[in-house]
Parts: sequence; C-alpha cells; structure tokens
Amino acid sequence: MINGISLGSLYALVAIGYTMVYGILRLINFAHGDLLMFAAYSALYGTTLFALPWYWSFPLALLGTGLLGILVERSAYRPLRGAPRISLLISAIGVSFLLENLALVVIGGVPKPFPRPEVFDRVVEFMGIRIPVLTLYTPIITLVLLSGLLAVVFRTRVGKAMRAASTDFETTQLMGINLDRIISVTFLLGSVLAAAGGIMWSMKYPQVNPFMGVLPGLKAFIAAVLGGIGNIFGAVLGGFVLGVGEIFIVALVPQLSQYRDALSFLALILMLLFRPTGILGEPVEEKV
Amino acid sequence: MKPTGRRTNLLLNLASLLLLAGTLFLFHRYGSDYQVRILNNMAIFIILAVSYNLVNGVCGMLHLGPNAFITIGAYTSALLTMSPAEKELSFILEPLVWPLSAIQAPFSVSLLAAGLLAMGFAFLISFPVFRVRGDYLAIVTLGFGEVVRVLCNAMQSVTNGPLGLKGLVPHTHLGWSWGVAVVTVIFVTRLTNSSYGRAMKAIREDEIAARAMGVDPFKHLLLAFMVSAFFSGVAGGLLAHLITTISPNLFTFLLTFNLLIMIVVGGLGSTTGAVLGAALFTWAGEAMRVVERPMNFGSWSIPGIPGMRMVIFSLLLMGVILFRRHGIMGRREFSWDWLRGRRGPS
Repeated sequence: MINGISLGSLYALVAIGYTMVYGILRLINFAHGDLLMFAAYSALYGTTLFALPWYWSFPLALLGTGLLGILVERSAYRPLRGAPRISLLISAIGVSFLLENLALVVIGGVPKPFPRPEVFDRVVEFMGIRIPVLTLYTPIITLVLLSGLLAVVFRTRVGKAMRAASTDFETTQLMGINLDRIISVTFLLGSVLAAAGGIMWSMKYPQVNPFMGVLPGLKAFIAAVLGGIGNIFGAVLGGFVLGVGEIFIVALVPQLSQYRDALSFLALILMLLFRPTGILGEPVEEKV
Repeated sequence: MKPTGRRTNLLLNLASLLLLAGTLFLFHRYGSDYQVRILNNMAIFIILAVSYNLVNGVCGMLHLGPNAFITIGAYTSALLTMSPAEKELSFILEPLVWPLSAIQAPFSVSLLAAGLLAMGFAFLISFPVFRVRGDYLAIVTLGFGEVVRVLCNAMQSVTNGPLGLKGLVPHTHLGWSWGVAVVTVIFVTRLTNSSYGRAMKAIREDEIAARAMGVDPFKHLLLAFMVSAFFSGVAGGLLAHLITTISPNLFTFLLTFNLLIMIVVGGLGSTTGAVLGAALFTWAGEAMRVVERPMNFGSWSIPGIPGMRMVIFSLLLMGVILFRRHGIMGRREFSWDWLRGRRGPS
C-alpha cells in the first residue's frame, strides 16, 4: 500500500506537468518524460562529476530541468502557435526523440548507477514491516511540492493568469496578459515537478539511461487522463489511482506482472471509451 | 498545352513501370547484395510510408501505432511459412499452440494472411481509437503499439516470447517487395482520388463541416485505417522474410518515428511525398552511416558516435516542421501534367 502511494506520488508529480501544459496549450508535451531523464542525469553528474552534496546538486538539477522545459517550449512549440495541431504534435515527438538521442550520443547508452544519498538510504521498522525511508519521503516531498504549486496557482497573479489562460486562451490575451510569459512559467513549473519526480524515480530504481523517461512519461500521461486532463487535482488523484492499482495488481495476481504496462494502457482505453473527461474532469470545471 | 490525355497517361505509366522493372532486374542480376538489400528496404519503407500517410496525411489523424500492425504482419507470415519441424526446434520454452504448429503455407498466402489479420486488429481497435481525436488518438494508438509488443513478449506459446523467430527463409526479393510497393501506391492513389478519398480529406480539413455535408467520419476513418493496416501487415511479412529473424523488440516506436519522418519530410498528405520521403530516408540512412564510423583526419581521429544518425534525423524532422511545414511535395502529387510544367488542380 505504502509502495503504491509512493509510486503514485511519482506519477502524480509528472502527471501535473502534462496536465498544466495541456490545460493551456491543449498539447501533450511528449518531451515531458525526457525532462525527467534530463533531471536524473544532471543530478547524477552534479553528485559524481562535480562532487556536490546532494542538497546542492538536486536543486540545481531541478532548476536546470525547468530551464530546459522553457527552452523546449520556446524553440519547438512557440513557433508553431496557430499551426495545425498535427504539426505541434509531430514537433513534440521530434523534441522527445532529439533529447533521447542527444543523451545517447553525449552520455552513451550504458545504464549508470544512481548514487542514493545516505539520508534516503535508511530503512525504518514500522509495526514489524521494514520500509525504506525513501518510500515514506516520496509522498511527503510530493505533498510539499504540491502545496507550493497550489499556492502559486491559486494565490499569485501569475497563477490567476494561468487559470484564465486555460479557461479561454484568446480572451486572456485580449485582457492584456502576456501569454508567452505565462506559458513559460507553466513549462517551468511543470518541468521542475517532473524533475523532482525524475530524481526520486532514479533513487527508487537506481539506474539511469537515456530512455528511462519514456515509461514514467507514458504512465504519468495515463494518470493525467484518468484523473481528468487539465485538472491538477485530477492529475494527483489519477497518479495515486494508477500507482496503487499497479502495485495491488502485481501483489494480488503476480502472474499479471509482465502485463503491468499493457494493463495501464487498457485502463486508459477504457477510460477514454466510457468517461473521456476523466474522474474529476467536468466540461465546465475550472482548469489550469 | 493540352492536359495529357488518358491514353498517353496510361502509356507513360506503363513505360515507367517497365523502366522500373528493368532497373530492378539489372540490380537483381548484377548488383551487389548490399545494393539489393537497400532496394528491398526502400520498397518496404515505401509501402509503409504510403499506407501510413493514408491515415496521417490524408485523414489528418496522428496515428502512432503502425509498428503494431507491422509486428502482427511479421509474426503472422513468419509463423505461416516456417515448416512444422523448424517450429518445433525454435519453440524451446513452450511448444507452439496446436493449429499453428501444424500448418505451413506458401509465402504469398502468408502475406495475404498477414495483411488480413492486421486489418482485423485495426477493425477491433478502431472502436476505441476513433472515439477520440488529436492527442488522445495519438496516445491510444501509441499504447496499442506497446500492448502488442508486451503481448508478443508474454505469449510464448504463440510468438516464442523474447526469443523471437529465427531462421526464416529469405523469400523476399526485389520482385516481391517492389511489386507490393507498386500495388500499394496504385491502390492508395486510386483510393485518395475516389469519393472516399475526398471525404477523408474533408474530415481532415474540418470534421464538423464534413459531417454537416453528410460524410460519416467513422466509416471513412475506419476504411483508411484498415487499408493502412492491411498494407502495413503485408510489409511486416515482407520485412520478416527479408531480415529472417524477428523478435518483439524489433518493431518499436522508433520504427513509427522513422515513418513519421519520411511522410513529414515528403509532405504530409501526398502519396508522392511519402514515396520520395521513404526513398530519401533509406538512402540517407545508409549514406549517413559515415557519421557513426570512426573518422580519421590526418593525425587525429574522431571516434564513431553511435546514435548520431537519429540525432540528425530528429533535427531534420524538427527543422521541417518548424520552417517548412509542407515538406518536399506539400499536398501536391506527381502527374505527367505536373512534370510538363502545368499544375493540375490541387
């Protein structure tokens, strides 16, 4: 159960990025999973190559990923505003492949071990069960980041503008809001959350490779759809549902474990068939 | 200048087909194995790109699962052509299920079966797929590709799991691959120029307006999807008998991505563009092997960088999408009129 919540909170962190971008641009940011990969690598190199302590290298990785997110938006999505949607999607897929293959060329395809800082490496005993602290920390960190995000979205002017833009793109522009800036902020926030998810992911499964972002990216997207895309709470809920569901299925019916990824997609297809707006998505609901 | 007449058109088409056949025959006779291999690849990519373009370009639905149909086609035709004895040898972990273990069919039948089975799968998944549009459709089809791969890995008694199928007879030669390619191009061209094709383009431009004009989107998308799946399946069969070894991880999303590059560079929605894109891609893919090989410049040498080609291809795709969205052909098609310098009605 705790494992499920921990996995679910990782999905949730990444799913929020999808949902925020989708809410404003109506675009699936295919490169989102690769931002996660980038974060893992930069945290890895921060600690190994530059010998930074983790409390320096991890925030730096978050920042770097945020900037990369903005860069991706500027170079690949902004020039296509107003272009047919299919071009935008193709561009997104292109960015994703570019990032993966650049990583492959620059770093190489050999998976690298991820150094887990000692703080996260301990195991606590709780009511007779041994639980790695990481599993406990993950949901807590997620909650902290999430409340930070919610504060930005619901308490600041930028957040208000973001909510406005997701409700009505054009009217917001007419109201004199600089949308490009809002979109950049959205990408920054989404990418930082993805980076946090990525770092925790690579502590959970301590191995880093250029294609590591693909699967969490897809899963997080499914989570975002399950919860109702465009809705932050939906993304969180979807993440937890997917994470707990996966762990439960594997625990209850171990034979199904190799079908785990296929089952997630099945859940996605069923959801789209019967309730395309997701668990929390209402056509008129406030979206970010 | 008069537009080219029907008769002249037919004659010119026949002449160019003969020319193609002659060239291929020369290569078959005198070309090196490597050249023949590339030409085979080129033909298969042409089949795939043209059929993929039917859904992505003509109907405007970003479908990301052709690798699923290719996989289905490859496995179907491979399982049909392998002899029962061979199958017994390959399936070490779990024996093959009964009806499949006993039958053996000629190559042509197996290709047809590959296409039909892929088409059947396309029919089945079209119901959830075409409930959604745009990004969702892309993700659902992408998911379908993943599901097929996972199933291929897991269903050992049918697909031999991760071990794959080995030792297929290399049935595919230039006649087969280019023959199917020509049939595909003719069929898809006829289809896109028919009233069905016009309806598909109408859906691409504005689905609501098309529906208001009495076009049933589901019916036409289904048609395009199934035709596309059929040819992808056949191409999968051809591919399996060209490389003679298949495994579930052979046809990944990377293959879909390559196809996407071909049709985008060629010009989304243009069959001519798809053919050009596929041919160029195959050629460039081989030509650019240089960048992955170690290079020597006098005293210092650059080590070969594997994966560099994909970086270049991704950059190419991005460049085309960002700066020249219409690719080489845009939506124009090749015709003899066009070659003589007059633009047909576009």
